[in-house]
Amino acid sequence: MKQYLEIAKILKNTHIVGPYWKLKLSVSELAHRASSGQFVMLKVDSDQGPLLRRPFSIHQVKGKTVELLYEVRGKATEILAKMKAGQRLSLLGPLGTGFSLCDLSYVPLLVAGGIGVAPLVFLAQNLRNRKGLAILGAQKKERILCEKEFKATGFRVKISTNDGSRGFYGRVTELLEELLAKDTLLRKKAFLYACGPRPMLKQTIMLSKKYNIPGQVSLETHMACGIGACCGCVVQTLTGYKRVCKEGPVFAIKELTEEGLAE
Amino acid sequence: MTPNLSVVIGTLKLKNPLLVSSGTFGYAQEFVDFLDLNILGGIVTKTITLFPRQGNRPPRTCETPAGLLNSIGLENPGIKVFIQEKLPYFQKLKVPLIVSIAAQDEISEFVELAEKLDKERLVAAIELNISCPNVRHCTKKSNVKLIAQDAKATALVVKAVKKVTTKPIITKLSPNVTDITEIALAAEEAGSDGVSLVNTITAMAVDVEKRRPKLAMVIGGLSGPAIRPIAVRMVWETYKKVRIPIIGMGGIMDADSALEFILAGASAISVGTANFINPNVCSEILRGICGYMIRHRITSLERLRGAIMC
Ligand SMILES: Cc1cc2nc3c(=O)[nH]c(=O)nc-3n(C[C@H](O)[C@H](O)[C@H](O)COP(=O)(O)OP(=O)(O)OC[C@H]3O[C@@H](n4cnc5c(N)ncnc54)[C@H](O)[C@@H]3O)c2cc1C
Ligand SMILES: Cc1cc2nc3c(=O)[nH]c(=O)nc-3n(C[C@H](O)[C@H](O)[C@H](O)COP(=O)(O)O)c2cc1C
Ligand code: FES
Repeated sequence: MKQYLEIAKILKNTHIVGPYWKLKLSVSELAHRASSGQFVMLKVDSDQGPLLRRPFSIHQVKGKTVELLYEVRGKATEILAKMKAGQRLSLLGPLGTGFSLCDLSYVPLLVAGGIGVAPLVFLAQNLRNRKGLAILGAQKKERILCEKEFKATGFRVKISTNDGSRGFYGRVTELLEELLAKDTLLRKKAFLYACGPRPMLKQTIMLSKKYNIPGQVSLETHMACGIGACCGCVVQTLTGYKRVCKEGPVFAIKELTEEGLAE
Repeated sequence: MTPNLSVVIGTLKLKNPLLVSSGTFGYAQEFVDFLDLNILGGIVTKTITLFPRQGNRPPRTCETPAGLLNSIGLENPGIKVFIQEKLPYFQKLKVPLIVSIAAQDEISEFVELAEKLDKERLVAAIELNISCPNVRHCTKKSNVKLIAQDAKATALVVKAVKKVTTKPIITKLSPNVTDITEIALAAEEAGSDGVSLVNTITAMAVDVEKRRPKLAMVIGGLSGPAIRPIAVRMVWETYKKVRIPIIGMGGIMDADSALEFILAGASAISVGTANFINPNVCSEILRGICGYMIRHRITSLERLRGAIMC
């Protein structure tokens, strides 16, 4: 699949809540080639670095625009949050292997931890009207992301918060386990799609194996190149190390092990 | 006026001095969407070993100030798969291919690898990676960590390889030594057609929150602009001592930094980490070098080599 190196113009850079921001970029080729689960490598320029590009999932595409949803975590994302409409950024993409859409006999079950919603909104749009269920986990109710976007695609939404301020009181994977334990139909028909922090993904993989539910997860690792050239981003799978930027970031759960995701 | 950029390393003729460094350019295909590969003076592959290597435990990379720390551990499919699956791609290209090789345990592996590559028409030259900081070479027979840290061991490898191939040999040196010129001289005397320097500098970074090293292997190799002044100094020192061509590298990001190496004595230069940041950077560097030469009315690259006034 063809990849592009583009200079994108910032159309909007909006603060959502807490550390979360949304970046809307105008691009030329990149947008209509992208599929859900793929990502871009973005270069934030400044005198003080950072040196390398940073990977971000493609959150949504609309015509010739690409949206990214990001969390301010460190150097690059701090600079990014200060950027204004009209400024330009260098973008590499679309990169990696994205989600594959599950068979019509399945009920898509999306599980997102925090910023992990980013690639799942694009996926939900591809699974529109499939009567899926999205389970969103956040620290507290203010930080629940993209509830409206999921609902707009016909997904039902369930919420968990770590402080119990809304929905299920606990972790998103605890809510997932509760739902699977009591709903035999869901257990039979579900196809899991998960994105979020490593401990959450490990737990999801464990549940997928326990209840014998197929699925895919999107992984994050440190990336130097994003295009498969450095072998720096590997994850341990059942068939050896695989590059998250090339063979991933989306992997079938059956290829992964909980130990392989240990940090 | 089109400046003459050609470079000769032994019997290897390059149309221009711009190479891409081992381990930073995959097997070239990864870059085809972003860069016209045929503009390159040469392509150096990821280091190949006799048998497949799965590489080190992750995390394998982290960013440091103006640098990249890595401990890939020479992940590669081994020489057999390389020849069968990666080499044919180069048939299509009009760029000399330099294959980087390394031994895992015994010096004899270099010989075996060189013998195999000697038979391959598409291989223009062989680079001996005796300097990867992320694997332990040849610990069975000597107590040095790297061949490139020992002049005798370096000479031994070069001589042994020279006996089994007529292809030009480039020896890749390590900056993790007290005096790089000793090793460069040993390589030259043993018959190496050129030397490339520098490989990465051993380094380490700590995650203070987790109180853990940032790389799973604890120590890795540092590349990028952070190491450039050290690399330039080593090229200059080496240039004053040896006659064989030097391929200079370490933190080249643009035409100016490439020219730094040439002025310090490099015949060719090689771009590594910068390819990750801008996969099209090589075309910009090449254009920049040409522009510089035209601006300074220099018709031949040779006239810039080692031309610093001090
Ligand atoms: C395929 C892929 C898709 C991604 N999609 C998104 C997205 O849509 N939205 C988003 O906000 N983030 C996403 N990320 C993560 C994002 O790349 C990092 O948050 C970003 O690189 C941080 O850069 P920084 O300079 O701000 O932080 P740094 O200063 O580099 O790091 C700050 C802290 O975050 C940790 N960290 C940084 N990068 C990673 C990583 N890749 N994995 C684990 N820990 C890391 C560091 O160890 C450090 O503790 C994605 C990562 C990958 C690999
Ligand atoms: C991710 C990575 C992998 C590398 N792998 C190899 C390798 O396999 N063999 C080798 O000789 N050098 C390897 N190197 C070293 C580079 O070829 C080069 O010598 C070094 O990075 C300095 O140049 P730079 O600062 O331009 O990157 C690697 C460097 C990086 C960053
Ligand atoms: S980030 Fe370089 S191979 Fe994946």
